Amino acid sequence: MLCDGKEVLYLPGEDFPSFAKTLYKESGAEYPKFYKMSDMCKLGFLAAEFLLKDLDEVKVADPDQKALVLGCRASSLHADIEYSRTMNDIPSPALFVYTLANIVSGEIAIRHCFRGEELMLVQDGPESREHENYLKVLMAEGKTKFCISGFVDYDENGNYIAELSLIKKK
Amino acid sequence: MDLREKLKGELIEQLNLEDITPADIDSSAPLFGEGLGLDSIDALEIIVLLEKEYGIKISNPADGKDAMQSIDSLAAFIEKNRK
Amino acid sequence: MIKRLADNIISPLGFSTAANYEAVRRGESGIVPGRDAAGTLLSLARLDREKLADTFRSVFRPRERYTVAEQALLLSVHYAVQEAGIDPADPRNGFVLSTTKGNIELLGDPGHDLGPDRIHLWHTAELLGRFFRNPNTPLTVSNACISGACAQIAAFNLLKDKTYDHVVVAGVDLASDFIISGFQSFKSLDEDRCRPFDARRKGLNLGEAAASLVYGNASGSGSYLLGGCIRNDANHISGPSRTGEGLYRALSAVMGGLSPDKVAFINAHGTATPFNDQMEAVAFARAGLEKTPVFSLKPHFGHTLGAAGLLEAIISIESMKAGVGIGTRGFEEYGVSEQINVIRDNFKHEINSVLKLASGFGGSNAAVLIRKNV
Repeated sequence: MLCDGKEVLYLPGEDFPSFAKTLYKESGAEYPKFYKMSDMCKLGFLAAEFLLKDLDEVKVADPDQKALVLGCRASSLHADIEYSRTMNDIPSPALFVYTLANIVSGEIAIRHCFRGEELMLVQDGPESREHENYLKVLMAEGKTKFCISGFVDYDENGNYIAELSLIKKK
Repeated sequence: MDLREKLKGELIEQLNLEDITPADIDSSAPLFGEGLGLDSIDALEIIVLLEKEYGIKISNPADGKDAMQSIDSLAAFIEKNRK
Repeated sequence: MIKRLADNIISPLGFSTAANYEAVRRGESGIVPGRDAAGTLLSLARLDREKLADTFRSVFRPRERYTVAEQALLLSVHYAVQEAGIDPADPRNGFVLSTTKGNIELLGDPGHDLGPDRIHLWHTAELLGRFFRNPNTPLTVSNACISGACAQIAAFNLLKDKTYDHVVVAGVDLASDFIISGFQSFKSLDEDRCRPFDARRKGLNLGEAAASLVYGNASGSGSYLLGGCIRNDANHISGPSRTGEGLYRALSAVMGGLSPDKVAFINAHGTATPFNDQMEAVAFARAGLEKTPVFSLKPHFGHTLGAAGLLEAIISIESMKAGVGIGTRGFEEYGVSEQINVIRDNFKHEINSVLKLASGFGGSNAAVLIRKNV
């Protein structure tokens, strides 16, 4: 994991669940709900945790002016598969709730009190002209002071990437 | 094993309560709001647990509300209704 | 100004906007009783797959297999684009896709021969663009039940900054076993037809539909998209905020100082779950909209998820054009804490503006304002 280009943690060969747990402990967050999250949500949550670490100006900003524009590729398919296994027995509501692409935005919003605009787009990859355009319009509108923008993807084969930036309106 | 202790273990497992052991859970303490701070999704998962482990079916979450006040009330409910 | 040029609905009530609107006005519903895969009673609005396949075949003479969701989506876009008289292949025209689960049915069909990518939403978007020979990648919104409203807001942006001359906004979702079982696990389905805002409401019905709207920069008499707003509750990932936080803020922002009496009609999300309708009522009251006539279309179509924001906006526009407000079937007695104004029966009314609302899992809320110019 890199923050502002600097490597914070490198655990080659570690599977995601243990990497995520280590990162969580490293972050110092005390947030028991973390353990209920899907892998995609853990991924996004952790990325946001480190992105916003020690940024008091974000903490104290008007929640209505804190926005989230994220993209993903595989939606929540990994979580969909996990949920679908419980359909043979007794379907699990705790797994079902994570079978939507935008729940990761919801988790980040709750954690950091982001009550502004929020959108989840499905993209081919981290670079997206449509995403950039949307951001431009959003920031130009003038109602958003901080926006977390980026790409959070966890696919059905366990490949994952999260790239988040914090945009601040001058 | 005492039903209460069994339930504590099951709740920890079913609700992904990491870093919590059965010893941390007070049988008479509220499960929702304060105490373990469980929420509406946890309540639905407890309904799943009741069906899976104890054969008790609850179709309306409101029906389970009293039973889920605490480990004590949950144990009493199970003892009364289990198949 | 961003004008509605054409639209289409594919639903159990018909394969055109006109058929759907007329059915709604007559009080008809596509929701019928049935059972889910576990044998539990439920009511839902299912598309006629045979009629859909026949129509799809006769319109397109396809050489390959398309899923039910794809058939509904492509057919809907085709009709809308035809009505608008635009060339979908023109690079100056863009697409916005709205769906929550797309082809998720394929998860329950491991033997399907459509390839491992077909289940992906990005594949549905690519297929949409490719089918209509459009060189642009459709912008794909997947934001739970507010996707349709978000998609219109995205289209608004794309037209305002002249990225495109026209935008086709299309949405689809099906009531697959996957989704039905999930909502059952949440105990949020009513086995009978839903009763929005009613004291006896027990939950929602799921529905299937595709809906498309073509928007463009134009003027003259017609319906205009004035704008929209998305706000998050930041409270809980599935439970709506008790104070209607996000929806209230979205409403206030989209009204932007407009006096409540200038809003003629609210098409609520109105899913008939105990918590959603209560939350909406609180939000309306907070925004000073307690006297504004409110209606929900869920008793006619069920909750169509990714298509809902579009389908219901279209019916609201039709209602606005006809000057007839649609009553909320199944609503008899208030079951919310606020004194709001839910309309029971159709009524003649000079409606020149409508607020389309949506709320969804993830704490998302959206409000879109549409006005009629004569």
